[in-house]
Amino acid sequence: MGNFDLLMHGFGIAITPMHLMLMVAGVLMGLIVGVLPGLGAPNGVSLLIPLTFALDPTSAIILLSSMYWGALFGGSTTSILFNIPGEPSSVATTFDGYPMAQKGESTRALTLAFMSAGIGALLGIIVITLLAGWASNFALKFGAPEYFAVYFLAFAAFIGMGSASPAKTLVSLATGLILSTVGMDTVTGEVRLTFGYDELLSGISFLVVVIGLFGIGELLSTVQEGLRFRGVSSRIDLRDVLRTIRELPRYWATTIRSGLIGIWMGITPGGPTAASFMSYGIARQASRKGQPFGTGRPEGIVAPETADHSAGTCAMLPMLALGVPSSATAAVMMGGLMIWGLTPGPMLFATKPDFVWGLIASMYISNIVGVILVLATVPMFAALLRIPFAIIGPMIVAICFVGAYTVSNSTFDLWLVLVFGLVGYMFNRLDYPLAPLVLAMVLGHKAENAFHQSMVLSDGSLGIFFSNTLVSSIMVLGLALLILPKMLQLGGRLRRKMPVE
Amino acid sequence: MTKLTTALIAATAVMAAAPAMAQWEPNNRPVEFVVASGAGGGTDNFARTIQSVLSRDGIMDQSIVVLNKGGGSGAEAFLYAKQNKGDANKLIFGTNNVYLLPHVAKLAYTTDDLQPVAALALDEFLVWVKADSPYENITDLIEAAKAEPGQIVFGGSQSKDTDETLVALIEQTSGADFKYVPFNGGGEVGVQLAGGHVAANVNNPNENLGQWQAGAVRPLCVFAPERMAESEAISGDMGWQDIPTCKEAGLDIESYRMPRTVWVPADLPEEAVAYYRDALQKVSESEGWKDYLTRTSQSGAFLAGDELKAFIDENETSTVAVFKAEGWTGE
Repeated sequence: MGNFDLLMHGFGIAITPMHLMLMVAGVLMGLIVGVLPGLGAPNGVSLLIPLTFALDPTSAIILLSSMYWGALFGGSTTSILFNIPGEPSSVATTFDGYPMAQKGESTRALTLAFMSAGIGALLGIIVITLLAGWASNFALKFGAPEYFAVYFLAFAAFIGMGSASPAKTLVSLATGLILSTVGMDTVTGEVRLTFGYDELLSGISFLVVVIGLFGIGELLSTVQEGLRFRGVSSRIDLRDVLRTIRELPRYWATTIRSGLIGIWMGITPGGPTAASFMSYGIARQASRKGQPFGTGRPEGIVAPETADHSAGTCAMLPMLALGVPSSATAAVMMGGLMIWGLTPGPMLFATKPDFVWGLIASMYISNIVGVILVLATVPMFAALLRIPFAIIGPMIVAICFVGAYTVSNSTFDLWLVLVFGLVGYMFNRLDYPLAPLVLAMVLGHKAENAFHQSMVLSDGSLGIFFSNTLVSSIMVLGLALLILPKMLQLGGRLRRKMPVE
Repeated sequence: MTKLTTALIAATAVMAAAPAMAQWEPNNRPVEFVVASGAGGGTDNFARTIQSVLSRDGIMDQSIVVLNKGGGSGAEAFLYAKQNKGDANKLIFGTNNVYLLPHVAKLAYTTDDLQPVAALALDEFLVWVKADSPYENITDLIEAAKAEPGQIVFGGSQSKDTDETLVALIEQTSGADFKYVPFNGGGEVGVQLAGGHVAANVNNPNENLGQWQAGAVRPLCVFAPERMAESEAISGDMGWQDIPTCKEAGLDIESYRMPRTVWVPADLPEEAVAYYRDALQKVSESEGWKDYLTRTSQSGAFLAGDELKAFIDENETSTVAVFKAEGWTGE
């Protein structure tokens, strides 16, 4: 098998003291930028690019990609401990991760997140190794209608089985969609909803909104409830980590399903954020037994984390093989690639096997390094929750504002954080779900573009969404996820009513 | 106390004045490279290549920070220049969008809020089709569009930007009618073409190079006055020099090229502009820069001063004529 030989060759390149050192350094730096909300992997990687001018391309990409893996791991830490997502793709982890940590099981939540993240990443790399050629051909099949279908599916999977009242979900979703239209539209080139503020020209940054909604919003709620963190004390014990690892095989179905979703979304540029939301939504629909989602259910952590990381690793494939980055970080790395003199494209695999397979082999090693490093630090991170609120509260405020500022170095964003902090607080009080708003902000603009492009292509006929097998099957799946749960509920209610009548 | 303050002020004044007396240099804050595109795009690579040459060849000692401000087709970066009027530590990297954007969108800046320092390269535009498409040359494509008006799809990057302008120019010159669909960037359009979702695109060489090497797409013609520079064979036995110019292939557009430009905010002293101009000229003569041009198949052209002004005037006039004919100027 050709790919296997090439992979072994790749390991030969990746396992040198220098490269191993770069991996550890990259993962550690990534952890730090991942933990700080707003700084994030794309910023971290672009800060590192000038340093890589002195390295050869293989060493450079190993350093940058290791940093990316580290950031993906780090991003879930603050999601779970403080309800502040360090990365856009770890928003879905807050839904069950934070409640679990509040119950005093922060060690368990962190371990679940890190382990499933590691497993997700490994699943992704295995797919890259085996299917490098086939997968990039699959991605070529996606035109505008197919993209819209994928985004529609992500919405449908997540909204279909919402537990909040449908009217409130709709309000939240619509707010998110309106926010996502602010700025210049790609298809028409028109400037929308900026009200004359130049700062809004590039749109409202999703990360800024999330930092406000979750970080500041949560803080305000905590303050109202008497200045203390709910669920302060948690036992900190390395044995807890081991116990949680033994618990993992129980979630094999969720893991495999989420891994597949992540791989799919990574290869056909939907991105890790869409993958984690979709996977969370489908996990919620798939398992009906036990305590409800959103209250600290283990599957609610396993699903988004596995999908997030398998998508993150798979996103490297379209970047290398097609020159299309499916995540912001991959876009920055692609810029680096061109500066080092490499042209991403189908021929890269043939012309630069040392580079490509060195990178793929390094992905195995640095993800394992990553898991070990983060697991070792779990007790330390979990201990953060023991710090009294009077000390950690102001620190969180500072981190939120610094994080929001680093997104695009704009003071206007600081006001946005404040405004959205209040919005988040109000949503919390009035029981409006935040997740649909966040999802709409992430995918709304992309979905709108894809829809608009499809309409231009078809001269306004909706038939384009059912014009070939691929797009129709995704659409049908989406519609099924949207309608079936409600139908089943309705059916169940009818059946229960029958005997009475 | 007051004496100390006075002494401090005096000392500071002397220190501040000292560099001005010698040769002008940016102050010791890092120099910001403000890029009018997202990370990974053509303009981003342009800026980062210059950054790497400046620091590697020791042309500039200051540390350099690259900021991506690609919002609103790059308008975000130009607005930033306006807000930082007179700040000599900011260089803005763009294309011709600096002076073309205000014509098609209502924006809070004008071209006068920035001053041009230099143009370093001209990026070519080509018409590309999928490798197995029935169109053998540009005339085939135009005839097909005349036979089926509004049915042949041209993909391009952004709306009312260079790509759509070029497609409009082809339509105005030939009388054909295409359907234009905007995507987010050149890379994305390249993949849409390779996947057969659009019939043609007008990508820059670098944006389609990977797909051409793999034999997924092929070029029909290039919008340059003469053929491109000699290169090794890229796909089959074809190199860049084997692509006919559009004019010789029968489409009467002499030249359509995009300058890669560097600007500073308005109201900078002439010495500051001269300092950056000299630095950029050194970059344009370096080995690293020549590598970059070959790799991305762009034509090197160092334009500054009056030459640059004349180029901008000419480019602006001819492009605005296309805008007017399409009714994009909102007049």
